[in-house]
Parts: sequence; structure tokens; C-alpha cells
Amino acid sequence: MSKAPKKPSVERIIDENLRRVYQRMVKEDVPDRFIDILNQLQQREQGKRNDPEQDG
Amino acid sequence: MSNMLGRPDPRDAILQHLQEMRAFAMSLTRNPSSADDLVQDSIVKAWRKFHQFDQTTNLRAWLFTIVRNTFYSDLRKSRRELSNIENTDVEEYSDGGGTDQIIAVMDFEKAFSILPTEQREALTLVAASGMSYEEAAATCGIAIGTIKSRVNRGRKRLADILERNGLSDIG
Repeated sequence: MSKAPKKPSVERIIDENLRRVYQRMVKEDVPDRFIDILNQLQQREQGKRNDPEQDG
Repeated sequence: MSNMLGRPDPRDAILQHLQEMRAFAMSLTRNPSSADDLVQDSIVKAWRKFHQFDQTTNLRAWLFTIVRNTFYSDLRKSRRELSNIENTDVEEYSDGGGTDQIIAVMDFEKAFSILPTEQREALTLVAASGMSYEEAAATCGIAIGTIKSRVNRGRKRLADILERNGLSDIG
């Protein structure tokens, strides 16, 4: 649509490589510590949630 | 689990975007351990601010904004890290399966790592993660024209670096 009909080849290769490097990282498993942090945050929040939550 | 208000569970919501937050963080920091520290700080911030998230907007963009704001505020705290480009392992990747036009990973990543931060960021958002210019501009809090020009300058600069390094025949 807004893309140029014919990208110069070097530009296309650059974009392919950018995607590839990014996707390689995306496919990696995230470190366990991230999950641990999320679990801790959730537990802490559930501990606090004794009062009914009011959300305007 | 979602609550009565239909808000997504913040844990599930953040979890869903962790890999991409990490990939984006990596493009900003250029260093795996700094990237993970950045994501860790961003997770905590995102959790605290989650009630501010407008559900009619894009969660990934919202999370990326937190990652980049955290990155720039850390950067201001320690300017010297700017020049700390880590040389990562030289690895041959052959998972591309077919294209022989893949630039050697090390050369490409090295070239990318010497771009100015704003260009790395713009290229990562638009060219790598597939955000629209509008989304990327909103994520960075800048005008669409600015993000476009950063993307273009970044591509041009990468092409120049790669060509200077003997990769001019890649096309």
C-alpha cells in the first residue's frame, strides 16, 4: 500500500536481516527470572486485594 | 484469568510480549545482560502502571514505550555506557534455509550496533517488529515524519557501512 513498489535490493536485504536478527531473539526462551518476577508481583497484589477493588 | 471488568490479567498480558520486549531491549542496549536488566525493570514498571493502560490502544506499543523510556532514563544516568559496544560471539547462522543473500550475522549486527540509538530504535520498530510508522511514532512519542526520516537514514547508513566493508555486491 504505502510501500514502494520496488525497493532497492540492498534495502530489502537490510530489512530481511533486521527481521532475522529480531526474530532470532524473539524465539529465545525468556529467562526464568522474568516469570519469577511476574509471579511475585501477582502474589503481592493478591495479598493486598482484601478490599473490593474499585476502578473508576 | 481476567477479572469482572474484563481487563486482561497483567501477568498474562505482559508475559505475552516478553520475547519482543527483550528483542527490542537488545536492539537498544546491544548487550544481552543489559537488555535483560532493562526488561526486568520494565516488567516492574509496566505492572505498576498497568491500570493506566488504555485497552483501546496497542499493548505491545505501550510496553515498548516503557522499555524505551526506561532505557533512556538509565542512559541519562550513565552516559559512559553509550560507547560500550560489546563484541559478541562470532557465529555462523545457517537457519535461513535457502537465501544466499544473508549477510554474515556478525557483520550485519556489528554494522547495526554502530548506528545512532534513535536509528536502531526506529529500524527495529518499523523494519524488524513490523510496526506501522504511526505505531512506531506513538511508541517513541515523536512525529511520523521524524520516525520515517530516522528509518530512512538508518537504512542508508547501514547500507553505507556494509558497502564500505566490502559487502557492496550483496545486491
